[in-house]
Amino acid sequence: MTATLTPRTPTTARSRPSRRRRGRSAPYFFLLPALVLFVLFMVVPIIYAAWLSLQTYRIEGGGILGTRVRVFTGLSNYVSALTDPDLLSGFGHLGLYAVIAVPVTLGLALLFALLLDVPAARGTRFSRTAIFIPYAVPGVVAALLWGFLYLPGTSPFSDITNALGLGSIPFLKEPGIFGSMANISIWGGVGFNMIIIFTSLRGIPADIYEAARLDGADERQIALSIKIPLVVPALVLTAIFSLIGALQLYGEPTTLKPMTSIISQTWVPLMTIYKDAFLTDDLPSAAALSVILALGTVVLSAIVLGITNRRTSGARS
Amino acid sequence: MFSTFTFAPGTGLFQNLADLFSYGDGQFGLWALNSVLYAGLGGFLSTLVSAMAGYALAKYEFRGRSLIFYSILGGVLIPGITLAIPQYLLLSEVGLAGSYLSVLLPIIISPFGIYLSRVYAASAIPTDTVEAARIDGASEFRIFRSIALPLMVPGMVTVFMLQFVGIWNNFLLPFVMLSDQSNYPLTVGLYTLLSKGSGTPALYSLAITGAAVSIIPLIVLMLVLQRFWRLDLLSGGLKG
Repeated sequence: MTATLTPRTPTTARSRPSRRRRGRSAPYFFLLPALVLFVLFMVVPIIYAAWLSLQTYRIEGGGILGTRVRVFTGLSNYVSALTDPDLLSGFGHLGLYAVIAVPVTLGLALLFALLLDVPAARGTRFSRTAIFIPYAVPGVVAALLWGFLYLPGTSPFSDITNALGLGSIPFLKEPGIFGSMANISIWGGVGFNMIIIFTSLRGIPADIYEAARLDGADERQIALSIKIPLVVPALVLTAIFSLIGALQLYGEPTTLKPMTSIISQTWVPLMTIYKDAFLTDDLPSAAALSVILALGTVVLSAIVLGITNRRTSGARS
Repeated sequence: MFSTFTFAPGTGLFQNLADLFSYGDGQFGLWALNSVLYAGLGGFLSTLVSAMAGYALAKYEFRGRSLIFYSILGGVLIPGITLAIPQYLLLSEVGLAGSYLSVLLPIIISPFGIYLSRVYAASAIPTDTVEAARIDGASEFRIFRSIALPLMVPGMVTVFMLQFVGIWNNFLLPFVMLSDQSNYPLTVGLYTLLSKGSGTPALYSLAITGAAVSIIPLIVLMLVLQRFWRLDLLSGGLKG
């Protein structure tokens, strides 16, 4: 996609023409492996999925021996997907879950990162590892383990409330299910986001703090008025990634499904996609749903970026 | 497991471990080795590709820079499930589906890793140093290898760790790609144990034990890599 473009002279190069020419091709050389893999394993599959979403299966020929062929149908997969009440309620479930999971994950991640970055903090290695470890637990396994802590028959929490005569805690009923589900992903996601924010905190030159300390600022003030504004880009990044992750909720409800009756086979959009792709073997419908989900993600991310950009530029002026 | 108070510790740990490693002629060990291969090699290549791309995007100005950057970043927005199926169809066209390569190749490209590398390269590599080296006659490759890479180590460690963990825990891609049990990574192997376990409760305990064991290498890796975060970002720069 870039091979035909003529590169501009790097503004950083203040050297003789021959060297400048060599510097021109360098960025493309460095980018080449990433671009080749990107095109092969992301662009091509996306185009393929989009193309697939415009088709449908039709049985041709008579009787039992009729063969299934794919024919072009235009946007009919999109129309049937968008008018499907299951999908709409799926997005509703997703919304409720995301409203809990995303802010709590980010808040805790920022708090932990700031606490670990305080110079006087002790045991930071241990804490950092301890906070990160849940991220290392595969999502399916985490959901399974939490599921046993939720399930009335095995939950130690419900054991306690039962003993007190209060009955089991409705972890797996509406509306508790949204909190329970969010809790699993918060537990797993805080560590990841903390690492991103923490890496960005480490990138801030220490002399900025020196100056603030000389002016009599305490650690809390430094955190609030220097560190947080400087890690805003990392926060925006983690916010968008958490949002994307939330929209792709799949493993947790799938794993909890056998434990409760309120999770249907189409409880969240990705479960519907999986059902279409692997259970009912309707690839075009799955592709159309994926495109809808991806477009929705793009729009949401753009909104988040828009809001945060306005905020930060407002703060600067 | 279904009848006792769940916080009470059991006594069967060693028996479970012995059962786990002897299951199916040591299949668990094979899956573990596969996971190490996928996550280790995949993570390393992915980090290298991301570092090169991130460096180019951060430190050069060239036509199409924003276009390339935002296209790559946009790749994150696509659900993995959407990509896995076309990737499978594509790789089976060229006869690679089911092989080690079919899992390794798609994971090398990491939009997130590239983004992180770009941010890191922009802040950690002083442009003055790069220019000075250029004036001294160093080749662009040499500048990258001897100046940029060492300065990017802490960022690359972060990318490697996140990629390693991500690949280690990746389920969908190997699940879609592989059919031969001897190529399975731990996640898919454990899943087959779990799904068989609904008939045989003994396999269920094995799967849970296996899940716990599969986290240990990640903890070790985390502890080892932590050291590299301690590097002072400004050391080696012009400020010294």
